[in-house]
Amino acid sequence: MLYSEKVMDHFMHPRNVGVIENADGVGEVGNAKCGDIMKIYLKIENDIIVDVKFETFGCGSAIASSSMATEMIKGKPLSQALELTNKAVAEALDGLPAHKMHCSVLAEEAIRKAVQNYYDRHGIAYDPAAFAFDEHEHEEGEQA
Amino acid sequence: MRTVYADNAATTKMSRAAIDAMLPYMDEIYGNPSSLHSAGQKAAEALTLAREKVAACLGCQPREIIFTSGGSEADNQAIMSAAASGERKGKKHIVSTAFEHHAVLHTLKALESRGFSVTLLDVHENGIVTPEEVEAAIRPDTCLVSVMYANNEIGTIQPIAEIGAVCRRMGVPFHTDAVQAVGHVKINVKEQNIDMLSLSAHKFHGPKGIGALYIRRGLVPVSIIYGGAQERGKRAGTENLPAIAGMAAALEEACASIDRNAAKLIPLRDKLIRGLSAIPHSAVNGDLTHRLPGNVSFCFEGIEGESLLLLLDAKGICASSGSACTSGSLDPSHVLLAIGRPHEVAHGSLRLTLSDENTEQDVDYMLEEIPKVIAYLRNMSPVWRDLQEGKRQYVIQ
Repeated sequence: MLYSEKVMDHFMHPRNVGVIENADGVGEVGNAKCGDIMKIYLKIENDIIVDVKFETFGCGSAIASSSMATEMIKGKPLSQALELTNKAVAEALDGLPAHKMHCSVLAEEAIRKAVQNYYDRHGIAYDPAAFAFDEHEHEEGEQA
Repeated sequence: MRTVYADNAATTKMSRAAIDAMLPYMDEIYGNPSSLHSAGQKAAEALTLAREKVAACLGCQPREIIFTSGGSEADNQAIMSAAASGERKGKKHIVSTAFEHHAVLHTLKALESRGFSVTLLDVHENGIVTPEEVEAAIRPDTCLVSVMYANNEIGTIQPIAEIGAVCRRMGVPFHTDAVQAVGHVKINVKEQNIDMLSLSAHKFHGPKGIGALYIRRGLVPVSIIYGGAQERGKRAGTENLPAIAGMAAALEEACASIDRNAAKLIPLRDKLIRGLSAIPHSAVNGDLTHRLPGNVSFCFEGIEGESLLLLLDAKGICASSGSACTSGSLDPSHVLLAIGRPHEVAHGSLRLTLSDENTEQDVDYMLEEIPKVIAYLRNMSPVWRDLQEGKRQYVIQ
């Protein structure tokens, strides 16, 4: 079997699929040419992620990673969401095949981008360096 | 739940005739065909008989058949043979096409690193190469033309006899990778001016790990496996007699059923194509008439192929896709790119390949389930949302 039972569960029954109208922060990463795009919508109240939804164009592990990542940050403070790593997402899914690890990277990046978008929209100061993700990271992840 | 196996271009279920033909050679007739004793000679007779059957199906002489481990090895040996004799005459140019199987393309790449130059012909939007373009590409130093008989992904059938005639007239050896065609369409290597042809048993209900190269008498095959003198010294290694016997039986059966299978499969194929065409922003890949009887290939906008395959599998439908995630590389299928599909659309491809085992009920079931799965995936796709909201332009109208 290519994927773990956890991956298949989150792929077959994805949690938090959809759109949040008037979201407080939206982050989209990936590109259609590479075959995967992930979009995360956040509803934030008092620095807490009260709701999160995702839309994903991609393979089974991309959909499962989005689903798992949204579950892991729902109800959590922003500071915790920003600490979520792709490794933690992959581990929560009981692992991803080596060439699919980039899917978990996309999930981490989409969340960070959505939070950054929230900060930008609300004029909240932040250290841009903390959000500077390497644009090449996605491609490298894919080759791994 | 219903199970529909619609991935016959990947491999087929072995026929009863093929299995029955193999069993004696795994049981009582286990001798080595190279042995002098009677056990060996019994095996040698079976080998001769199998070679005669394969030759008869292709319209060639038994001595023009080399048994190989499959289509890839046959492709390698055909190309390396033409390259070796070309090199001796100072001819180091090869004409092929952009949508060949990797067994051909990667062999050509290896030759390029040895100083050969390769011209890959355009396969056009319909997935068909023209004899005129083959003729125009041939140079004084061309040592080989290699054009696949039928494409493995989009099923388009090439004008092989006409291309063969061009090559014959210009004095250039002509190889065709006929792995997807043998046993499915009528082939006669003499009438179609084919100098070399590759085939693989598991594509026509034979066993895996066995194939053959037809190489016309007069052309010199080179060994790519060094060792003993089997196959007239052109392919070392003890013959896989059970598989060879199974292949011969499967081929005889397949060749005798070509008309009957086509009469059954073409209406099923066309029903699938008509039904899937009703899905908005979908497009069939490849020519609709010059096409293998069982091949259906589509691109759907806004979705990715691997997730489509996983969901179809959960419904009991075994299919295939040319998305990057299923090709095991960064890029989607080179075949879909070669017919001009952009990357983002090629990722959303689906290939259904039928065999005579499939029924109209299978087709109806697929036509019921596939549109639902595509609608479900589009509903969670940000690409589809952008297309619908006009933020992104449709490639397929």
